[in-house]
Amino acid sequence: MSTSPVDSLVSAVTALDVPCDRTTPEAFDETLATHVEQPAVGVELRDQSVSLDETAVTVDPTPAALKRAHTGVTPAAFAIADYGSVVLPSTDDGAELVSVFVDRHVAVVDASDVVPEMEAAFERFEEHVADGTGAASNVIATGPSATADMGELVIGAHGPTEVRVVVVEGDDE
Amino acid sequence: MSDASELRRLMATEGDAVFENTSGFNRGRYESVAGLSDYEELKTEARSIKEDAIERLPELVDRLRETVEENGGTVYVADDAADANDYLRSVVSDRDAERVVKSKSMTSEELEVNEALEADGVDVVETDLGEWVLQVADESPSHIVGPAIHKSREEIAELFNERFDPDPPLESAAELTRFARDHLGELVEDAEVGVTGANFITADTGTMALVTSEGNARKVVSATDTHVAVAGVEKVVPTVEDLQPFVELIGRSGTGQDITSYVSLLTPPVDTPVVDFEDDETPLSEATADRDFHLVLVDNGRMAMRDDDELRETLYCIRCSACSNSCANFQQVGGHAFGGETYSGGIATGWEAGIEGLDTAAEFNDLCTGCSRCVEACPVGIDIPWINTVVRDRINRQKGDDDRFDFLVDGLTPDEEPESPPLQKRFFGNFETAAKLGSATAPLSNWVANTGVARQAMQRFLEIDPRREIPRFQRETLVEWAADRDVTVTDPERSVVLYPDLYTNHVQVERGKAAVRVLEALGVDVVVPPAPSSGRAPLSQGMVTTARDHAERVADRLLPYVESGHDVVVVEPSDLAMFHREYGRLLDDDPYEQLAVNSYEVLEFVYGLLENGATTDDLRDGAGERVAYHSHCQQRTLGLEDHTVAVLERCGFDVATSDVECCGMAGSFGYKSDYYELSVAVGDELAGQFTTEDTVDRTVVASGTSCLEQLDHLLDRPSTHPVQLLTKR
Repeated sequence: MSTSPVDSLVSAVTALDVPCDRTTPEAFDETLATHVEQPAVGVELRDQSVSLDETAVTVDPTPAALKRAHTGVTPAAFAIADYGSVVLPSTDDGAELVSVFVDRHVAVVDASDVVPEMEAAFERFEEHVADGTGAASNVIATGPSATADMGELVIGAHGPTEVRVVVVEGDDE
Repeated sequence: MSDASELRRLMATEGDAVFENTSGFNRGRYESVAGLSDYEELKTEARSIKEDAIERLPELVDRLRETVEENGGTVYVADDAADANDYLRSVVSDRDAERVVKSKSMTSEELEVNEALEADGVDVVETDLGEWVLQVADESPSHIVGPAIHKSREEIAELFNERFDPDPPLESAAELTRFARDHLGELVEDAEVGVTGANFITADTGTMALVTSEGNARKVVSATDTHVAVAGVEKVVPTVEDLQPFVELIGRSGTGQDITSYVSLLTPPVDTPVVDFEDDETPLSEATADRDFHLVLVDNGRMAMRDDDELRETLYCIRCSACSNSCANFQQVGGHAFGGETYSGGIATGWEAGIEGLDTAAEFNDLCTGCSRCVEACPVGIDIPWINTVVRDRINRQKGDDDRFDFLVDGLTPDEEPESPPLQKRFFGNFETAAKLGSATAPLSNWVANTGVARQAMQRFLEIDPRREIPRFQRETLVEWAADRDVTVTDPERSVVLYPDLYTNHVQVERGKAAVRVLEALGVDVVVPPAPSSGRAPLSQGMVTTARDHAERVADRLLPYVESGHDVVVVEPSDLAMFHREYGRLLDDDPYEQLAVNSYEVLEFVYGLLENGATTDDLRDGAGERVAYHSHCQQRTLGLEDHTVAVLERCGFDVATSDVECCGMAGSFGYKSDYYELSVAVGDELAGQFTTEDTVDRTVVASGTSCLEQLDHLLDRPSTHPVQLLTKR
């Protein structure tokens, strides 16, 4: 049996010591709750099969609320299985702020948006450019922020110290 | 130039931290690229993208300007540092900015942006933690990726505790990081202008890639309303898709990470709303993204480098630091010795020569020994040793030694150099003449050379370190020995010409005899004609014209044999590397290819014979003898280490190998007074690997002359060439 991109993603993300959960649209709220520590803020999960409406996450927070938050929940435009990476779009509702100015970032990605490797990821960026469907700016994020500048490796530098990835699988997956 | 005392000081103060970091990065690179099934293909692709981009650079810059302007940004192409800084100052002043926050940018170091803005009273804050440590300490980067790797955790703690007096005092790396994050976080949130570099910028969409790990670049861009990206003009590539191989290669090649935490692909101005972090009323979605974006593309000598056939390759550099980390000398001394005004490591010679000029490059250029390990490590395959050689040649021509002592060596230095390189370089560059004279007058020459008077003269005039043994010339050269013997092979399987390299012919004659005997035992007809030396010696001194003269004479001598069906077998790996690599630059295509295709390292050739039906019956049975083998740096770059190991194993030897990049001797390098201690420090890594519990009782073998000299100098037991283990008697 061949490994699916989602299987590869889960194993690559797990290898980064990043907790990774597969869930369904029905179980999403419950799954997300296990990854969220309050105070939690988020942005709308645009173009995703699930929403934050019924969760304990404050969607569209004020900047001051963002600064107080521990957890930030944002959508990933897609994920790159080989590398365990999520692609975070910089959108006009502040997804970039919510994903970087928090201690714990939770990325939510649809299973159908998991591409196998970097080549496929760049084909997707090209498509975004060609038809203007995706965000103009994105961050390929792989695990938590880190630094080796203080004499040894430290996880958690300016960006999040913790990352969680939640993969939402539809009924046909 | 860093002399012996300066190098000694840096090794003592910064050497341990630099070694720990760079050798860790280097190990990480090997592990990380091993996980990439299409590594070589990606490197080839990356190389061709850069070649094409630099070729089409003016057109791409025009395209990029249009694209960025369509996106709502501004492009400024700055001729030089002053021009770039003036533009930056005007942007900052137009914004009425009090504080500029920066993410890491070596190009801004090159321009000295901080000093220019600070002179206007602007608060400039480095947010990359390594850069910030250096800003607090008022020091310069020692590495292009990890600018503060020369500082230990203890030193950073002491620095912060002294400067900021935190209570309780900081100790662990995690505490230091948390302190810096909090301190800088406040400064980022109310800054007006964010300055970043750019690793790549695509002409088609105006997308810039920022390769980072800490997350400070993301904050610097999103928390300010005015973004200035400063980048060398060579960072432009045609399309977004072109970024893919670089994204896969840059982290692996540099710090050994498959990918860094963040690769930002920004098409500024970004859509992220501009916010006031104190605001508790307005939701993020109601804030607007009222942002300015300025791309400052810096020429500062680069377009002239593009027109320079020898320096152009430097512009393919993606600043990954692989050439620093894979460099045995850099691992010991770091970028404060092996670096110029801004850049460090092997490729820095190209950058500093092009940007600052030859004088700056001359400060550190001699620390490149041409071992070539960086060529394999470089993700775009830049021939960094060649750039160093060419720049050394230009420095020689520019400087010219004064002629006070020329009478001493004129007879010994019949070189082709129009201007006079420094005396020491001329002596080593013309070593062939000394060797011929040495053999002709041996053993007298050896006695004289090792007398106190002679050594004092060598030390004074040639700066040859008195702690080194001078090579002992053999009275009977290999060529003479071979000419005097009866041919023993009748009906040969193959015919070879064994190239009598300088050392095998005059000094390590026994390994040459062993090579002849092993080949003959396997049914090969061997001739050893007199031949000129390869030109490696003058080339390593930057004497390109002289090296070319050698190359032409060697080709004239050997190619008739090739044409009559002989293969060329070479004992000395550094000479084989000349035939395979540098001759491509010294000879016309045709003779180069003929010689390169038909020449083999001696045990590579033996391996080929064994693969094609020869048996090990006529070679000595190793019977499980335990050996420790150090291949040669240039031999490894040619991919020829494994052949020797395979031959030894087939003959029944139990082989352990070293994994250091270089022995540190590197031809003449380890003889020079200024570099003796550095050479020994590098060699001690190798010696350490051959004195472990597993290796201490193993027979030591090495393929290169220099490696054998270094091992003999550092180990209590003797070392030989592996071919000497294979002869039956």
